Amino acid sequence: MADALIREHKKRPEINLKFFFKLFWTTFSLSLFTFGGGFVIISLMRKKMVVKLGWINDEEMLDFITIAQSSPGPIAVNGSLMVGYHLAGVPGALVATLGTILPPMMILTLVSLGYKAVQDNLWIAAAFHGMRAVVAAIVLQVTWALFRPLMKKKQLLPILLFVLSFSALFIFKVNIMLVMVSIVAFSIIQSLILLQKEKKL
Amino acid sequence: MSILLTLFFSFFQIGLFSIGGGYAAMPLIQAQTVDIHGWLTATEFADLVTIAEMTPGPIAINSATFVGMKVAGIAGVVVATLGNILPSVIIMLLLAHLYAKYREQTLLKRVLEGVRPVVVAAIFTAGLSLLQLAIGHMGQVDLFALIIFILAFICLNSRKIPLGPIVLLILGAISGIGYAVVTHALP
Repeated sequence: MADALIREHKKRPEINLKFFFKLFWTTFSLSLFTFGGGFVIISLMRKKMVVKLGWINDEEMLDFITIAQSSPGPIAVNGSLMVGYHLAGVPGALVATLGTILPPMMILTLVSLGYKAVQDNLWIAAAFHGMRAVVAAIVLQVTWALFRPLMKKKQLLPILLFVLSFSALFIFKVNIMLVMVSIVAFSIIQSLILLQKEKKL
Repeated sequence: MSILLTLFFSFFQIGLFSIGGGYAAMPLIQAQTVDIHGWLTATEFADLVTIAEMTPGPIAINSATFVGMKVAGIAGVVVATLGNILPSVIIMLLLAHLYAKYREQTLLKRVLEGVRPVVVAAIFTAGLSLLQLAIGHMGQVDLFALIIFILAFICLNSRKIPLGPIVLLILGAISGIGYAVVTHALP
């Protein structure tokens, strides 16, 4: 963030039909022009909603990002849901969500129709042949970027969990939902115990 | 009717367990659509990830739409997408409400940090299966794809080379077509 943190609201929007239309249009256009995943849309959201419209301040935005990132579901959907709720309660949350999901729904509907038509085209197949290798590189590079901070902490448990879950998934082909449920349960119990201990100290 | 219900619950599970943004959803989408229900072939899944990289919007929503359309048309699109975002809506409304009250979530942060190693392992697994699909099948290594993979990986890891994923994908497509022309695979 190049500019200073914005702590003040420029103006609280008045909640009326016009506002809901504006909220819908804002989230719709953000979602339509955001290529490249959750973090990109979050930074554009800040530019639009904090700097330009002044609907929320930076502290709130940072909190929303933390919550949106760490909750289940797409970051973009979570982020606009939070902003919508914060501004105008449940109706605001629903309008913002709808604005965020409509562009990808419309685009992918068209793409899936097109894909069916060109799937067997030799030129398209050749293009996808090259792109598949790039996609594998993208995903493995993301893994590498996420893995490094895990290693840097030099704690045994995260690394052990990584090795265990990787062997479960890759070697033993355990159902991923099963792995996730058990690890979430384990993590909740562990966090509760740690928090309890800290309170006693 | 039952296919719509199956779609709904499959994408509900994807939404519920994709913790940590975009790529975290990918292994779950793969499990549900390829391994469990067979709605997509492994190749179609790889193409879907490629398409999702190049179009706006979260990969989970993109997949829900793509798979929903393939399996049950427009009704499938709506049902799969709603299933996918319903966990978000419920959980986020709850958290937004708590946030308005307490403005703090120590427990939540802890729990999510604990889950992260598994999310990374799951993305790694999905990445490896994409790599397997891209560079070889039935014991044969596709040398062309392997070279493209290595070059792309180097570009993505280097700060000196300012090529983003979309540019690299376009370059990948061009080299794929070029390779096919050179090897006379195209008419």
